[in-house]
Amino acid sequence: MLTLEIDGQRVTVEDGATVMDAAHRLGIYIPHFCYHKKLSIAASCRMCLVEVEKAPKPVPACATPATNGMRVWTHSPKAVAAQKGVMEFLLINHPLDCPICDQGGECQLQDLAVGYGQSAHCFSEPKRVVADKDLGPLIATFMTRCIHCTRCVRFLMEVGGYQELGQAFRGEHSEIMPFLEQTVRSEISGNIIDLCPVGALTSKPFLYRARTWELTRRRSVSPHDAWGSNVIVQSRFDQVLRVLPFEEESINECWLSDRDRFAYLGLDSTERLTQPLVKRGSEWVAVEWETALQVAVNRLNDVRAQEEGGRVAVLAHPMATVEELFLARTLAETLEGECDARLRQSSGRADSAREGAAWLNSTISEIAAFDGQWFLGSDLRRHLPLMAVRVRTAARRGAYLVAWSWVADEWRVPGLEWSLWTPATMGAALAKVALVVARRAGDDGALPRWVAEWAADAALSEEGTVALVQRLERCQRRRIWLGEGLLAHPQAAELEFLAGVVATRIGATVGWLVEGANAVGAAAVGANGAQSASELVAEPRAAYVLLHAEPEDFLVPQQAVEAFSRARTVVALSAFASASLRETADVLLPVTPFTETSGSFVNIEGRVQPFTAVVRPRGESRPGWRVLAALTTLLGREARFASTEAVRGAALREGWRERLATKPIARPPVGVPALERVEPAAVFRWYQTDPIVRRSTALAACTEEE
Amino acid sequence: MTTLRLGQMILKDCGEKSWRLADYEARGGYQALRRVLQEQWPPERIVEEVKASALRGRGGAGFPTGLKWSFMPRQFPGEKYVVCNSDEGEPGTFKDRDILRYNPHSVIEGMTLAAYAMGASRGYNYIHGEIYEVYERFEEAIAEARAAGYLGENILGSGFSFELYAHLGYGAYICGEETALLESIEGKKGQPRFKPPFPASYGLYGRPTTINNTETFASIPFLLTMGGEAFHRLGKPNNGGMKIFSVSGHVNRPGNYELPLGTPFAKLLELAGGVRGGRRLKAVIPGGSSTPVLPAAVMMECTLDYDSLAKAGSMLGSGAVIVMDETTCMVRALERLSYFYYEESCGQCTPCREGTGWLYRVVHRIERGEGRSEDLDLLQRVTTQIMGRTICALGEAASLPVQSFINHFRDEFLHHIEKKCCLVPREVQRAGSEIAVEA
Repeated sequence: MLTLEIDGQRVTVEDGATVMDAAHRLGIYIPHFCYHKKLSIAASCRMCLVEVEKAPKPVPACATPATNGMRVWTHSPKAVAAQKGVMEFLLINHPLDCPICDQGGECQLQDLAVGYGQSAHCFSEPKRVVADKDLGPLIATFMTRCIHCTRCVRFLMEVGGYQELGQAFRGEHSEIMPFLEQTVRSEISGNIIDLCPVGALTSKPFLYRARTWELTRRRSVSPHDAWGSNVIVQSRFDQVLRVLPFEEESINECWLSDRDRFAYLGLDSTERLTQPLVKRGSEWVAVEWETALQVAVNRLNDVRAQEEGGRVAVLAHPMATVEELFLARTLAETLEGECDARLRQSSGRADSAREGAAWLNSTISEIAAFDGQWFLGSDLRRHLPLMAVRVRTAARRGAYLVAWSWVADEWRVPGLEWSLWTPATMGAALAKVALVVARRAGDDGALPRWVAEWAADAALSEEGTVALVQRLERCQRRRIWLGEGLLAHPQAAELEFLAGVVATRIGATVGWLVEGANAVGAAAVGANGAQSASELVAEPRAAYVLLHAEPEDFLVPQQAVEAFSRARTVVALSAFASASLRETADVLLPVTPFTETSGSFVNIEGRVQPFTAVVRPRGESRPGWRVLAALTTLLGREARFASTEAVRGAALREGWRERLATKPIARPPVGVPALERVEPAAVFRWYQTDPIVRRSTALAACTEEE
Repeated sequence: MTTLRLGQMILKDCGEKSWRLADYEARGGYQALRRVLQEQWPPERIVEEVKASALRGRGGAGFPTGLKWSFMPRQFPGEKYVVCNSDEGEPGTFKDRDILRYNPHSVIEGMTLAAYAMGASRGYNYIHGEIYEVYERFEEAIAEARAAGYLGENILGSGFSFELYAHLGYGAYICGEETALLESIEGKKGQPRFKPPFPASYGLYGRPTTINNTETFASIPFLLTMGGEAFHRLGKPNNGGMKIFSVSGHVNRPGNYELPLGTPFAKLLELAGGVRGGRRLKAVIPGGSSTPVLPAAVMMECTLDYDSLAKAGSMLGSGAVIVMDETTCMVRALERLSYFYYEESCGQCTPCREGTGWLYRVVHRIERGEGRSEDLDLLQRVTTQIMGRTICALGEAASLPVQSFINHFRDEFLHHIEKKCCLVPREVQRAGSEIAVEA
């Protein structure tokens, strides 16, 4: 520990801390541009120059190590002279086009220029002009404004895991640019917009849409993946105009994936449903809510009256809230039907065979602390972009990382041992590893017979297997991750069992990388049955109630379309209506997306995160939980709740956490299923994962670029 | 045309053919290395000898070499490096080129001895990108030394191993800054690192590294042969040994002159044949373009060593003596220098990136006769805003000439601003440029 004095105040910091860290501890602000707490130190902007006793020159606070007995002045005449000098240099070639700059009002340079700039300057030479760069559909560039802090360069290299920008040329001719003929393809690229302290990098979709001070800000939770990133949703006149990260160190740190950041554009899709619609013949007719609800109830009652049990299925997207899913389950019970929110799982066998629900099985913060991690069947960089960030941190700390994937996209994790498999060959190889560790433990005789049969086909050498196992065993904290691809696999139960065989014998824990903002919540409120949603469309039911789900959300969209077309009735509660939904549904009830309702998600680490509405419901649309409650009540079962809090209280009863799994499947279900439906599961459809994401024009443009 | 005029130590008896191993051995080369290895000197003894010699860094900063070597953590496990800085880019300097051209083995021997002293097992010689034939020759010299057992595994059967590589730069001035040079060897863009940590603790590939100038390394064999004390006595107190002065500009015999430190400037000027055409000396930049210019009267009183020139308000620098006679327009001379630093700034840190361009543009404006009365104050202010606030010394290098030129030759600048023309008539300048010098 070191004790030093800053501006006359004493502070104690850890060894290795910088003057900047110590100043933060005291709440003293030192102006800076290139410094960022999450990035490496560049010490290049020179804005944080401070005076240190006995130092002949002012030193940069961000890069100067604190020493015992050091005396620092951050606002002495010498320090301020240095800071003002740097500010003058930064401004001479800056265009000062604040009135037409999107960053205006939230610009670090602008803010600091108020404190350290002059009202007039004596630079009478022509200013530098820099050609703009093409950084893809998400990021607009105004490179003349750049002050060369290189935060964007460092972010993409250190957090994004791959260098996509660099500072080319020398001196005054320096330019930040991508490699020749390249652009920025990072799945978390949008963060460089936040990092840019000036208006050089701005959001392309938000460009010239509004000034920052016109926007209303509300906290919310992102519904596009299981991470539960905290966001600030900014809106004007009940229209969402921008989504920014809300700093939550234990979840998303200060980052946001591009999917979370730019999906909001989908909210304004022309396919938004704003009125209840009922199909008359082949025509869609707009009706009052009362009529629509009555039609839906009548149709569902008809089915109930005519068919045997188990003929109605309520299928919900896992982005539905805890409250909606709980009421969906209640509705299914009322209809004596089934309910499920696992749209992209081939079957429910694994979940049924396991004790407890799939989840991360640790906190998010712990991920970087596992020094041995083995990923099975995940496209992590796209599935959980911010988990990939945590894994990169583990990589920097020297963790041993192995990924078996069947998507040909490496994760930009330095040092990751990545290999490509098919859904079939991975099963065989995993069986081989399980067999080897079991044989070593002397209990391979207890394994089911199919394990040895699978292992016989493994494209993995004995030495390779042993090397992998031994390498993992040398680690202190071992973790096997079951990826979203593995969970979608028809043989998910068998694969999980095999992973469990390995895990228990090498002392590793297992975590599940589930799909959907509320996948854990769905399991927690009991919204999943014996069969997964995929199975419920593979074996068509007589009627379906859909919640936030369109055929495109299912594992095999064509199967869903066929099932819905054949069903006697389909009631869809949705914020949007795709062509396929209009084709196959009979009643369309406009329910609000996450921005227009209150609710809660349980994220992958089991954290309940409530949120409130950000804007007013569009048109006639209503919160899904109210519509579900009304339908249930009309169907004859009392379901009246005053608020989402009330629903949540009923949904997540004390002790629900005990239903989260801690161990993988110990005994696989009998009958190994065939592999006929594997291939569609092989591809994680990037930027296609939910109705909002699918409709974001900017994200669609990214997919096209791929 | 040769630029080698006078060699007394490193360049003694050197010529076009002196670079071969056999010639070097005939001049007594590799004797120091043989002796050190055969007598199994403790490494500390070499460092002590170097300390006693008062050898100071020949690259420009003049940091005591022995002290620098003692910073190297000898016992630190793993790879350690010695790096030779032959990225001689300072305008006016051409001594390292001639050392490598005429006596490359002295550098190889010096580096090997340094590696022995500091426990390093690998070395790099970073050679300026624009002297390709020197790089090729150095590669050949390495091959000769390796074949003769002076480099590589188990040198001269002593059990000590040292591998040396030549690295050709790409001609950027900034790569002469030691940490930028390390970045460049690592394959990155040549940009200085923030210090601390210094290379002795975090250098090449993050390992302890010592970087010295070519001439410094080349001095080591001579220093060890004659002994530190004797080397020290060659020069004057605190300024040990010989120094090669690259004389350029308006003299009759420009070239490299190897003289003891403390030699009067007047003597050097005389050796260089005096000011060409018998004209009057106007000013001298004594240590390479980044050192402050001194007017003739001051310079003629100076001796050539670190302390004397520091007292006179300049620096010995790399020993590049740029001589200017009365036909020189000081505004034009400064404009040329400022342009150099504007072009060579790496662009990493703000004061240098923005400031060097500003300096050049204002000087350029004054030279064109478009200067304003407030410009000299502006230049003064901009230089103080750059100096001491940059990552490396290029900020100082760009600022010191501006300050010293204006300080000593203010009248010429004012004339440019007020009369919109040069104090030295154009025809005089032109006549000056037409005087032939001895080849």
